[in-house]
Amino acid sequence: MGKETDSSRQAFDRRLKQAMDRNNPDRAAEAPLQGSDITTVGTVLRAGTEMVAGLAVGVAMGWGLDRWLGCRPVFLILFSLLGGAAGVLNVWRLVRPQDALEDKPGPHAGPER
Amino acid sequence: MAAGSTIDALGQFELHPVLGGLGEALRFSQSPLMMIVASVAVLAFLYVGMRPKAVVPGRLQAAAEICYDFIHNMAVDTIGPEGRAFFPFVFTLFFFILAGNYLGLLPFSFAFTSHVAVTIALALMVFVLSVIVSLKAQGAKFFAHFMPAGAPVALAPLLVPIEILSFLSRPVSLSIRLFANMVAGHVMLEMFAAFTIMLAGLGLIGDALAVGPVVINVALMALELLVGALQAYVFAILTCIYLREAVAH
Repeated sequence: MGKETDSSRQAFDRRLKQAMDRNNPDRAAEAPLQGSDITTVGTVLRAGTEMVAGLAVGVAMGWGLDRWLGCRPVFLILFSLLGGAAGVLNVWRLVRPQDALEDKPGPHAGPER
Repeated sequence: MAAGSTIDALGQFELHPVLGGLGEALRFSQSPLMMIVASVAVLAFLYVGMRPKAVVPGRLQAAAEICYDFIHNMAVDTIGPEGRAFFPFVFTLFFFILAGNYLGLLPFSFAFTSHVAVTIALALMVFVLSVIVSLKAQGAKFFAHFMPAGAPVALAPLLVPIEILSFLSRPVSLSIRLFANMVAGHVMLEMFAAFTIMLAGLGLIGDALAVGPVVINVALMALELLVGALQAYVFAILTCIYLREAVAH
């Protein structure tokens, strides 16, 4: 009788395992909604616009300052460059390794030389 | 839309008065109409979903609870304990944009998120809120963020403008991303739909070839469902990230 209980328990365990295996793919398919996959896709989609946005703001601001102060190309040129740099900075902020948070002075000190 | 051999891919984004004479008088276009529909749809979903108040939720209630938990976790995990205060804002933003994106995919509908005026209004709302929260939480220390810690003072004239531009580019990238994704998706759907009509005009061989764009459109619709959810998610998570930086000291 003890043996019979044992084998039925084994059978139950097996069926339980099968049921869990059956359920697992569903759970795996559901997970990306909250997991890191969607974050990765979001990051990739962000990178391009971050760069363009920095440049766009720089150009708009330079154009506006020129219009206001009446020295046509000076600020447009200056702020286009700064805006491009801001765009690159945005992308860097996005893709940098998380432990690089403390290394902030490093990449910034670079352009000086 | 696509009459004859021309493709009018951008005509779908034109606003025109709806609801007859009343809409004409109020300058009431499809865009605010769809905003109201989206808001009502979200509210109805939550109200009808949560009405049973069952301990063991039914399907609709479970869906409403998952939505609540999803945004609640996002807000609290990203912003921290203070995130609870911003949860209603993030929740509203996410579901307003999600409903707008998805309702825009229905036939004869209109995606209000495909207008940059709408997305920039949403983005500026987030931006102004984050600035106000920053100033409230950090005071004058907020302005110290424009000078990266540890950088040589000699570089300040270069770094400070770059940091300011980078900061100001946030609402721009936030709004352009959503707007561009929605426009691109709807233009592609329109283009391939127009290809179908144009090919079908070529006779028997065209009829056979016209199946191709239809198949592509089916795939594009799946892509648009992904993009719609993803862009709403990105908008909401970026809102959370900006607010986290605002409340952090």
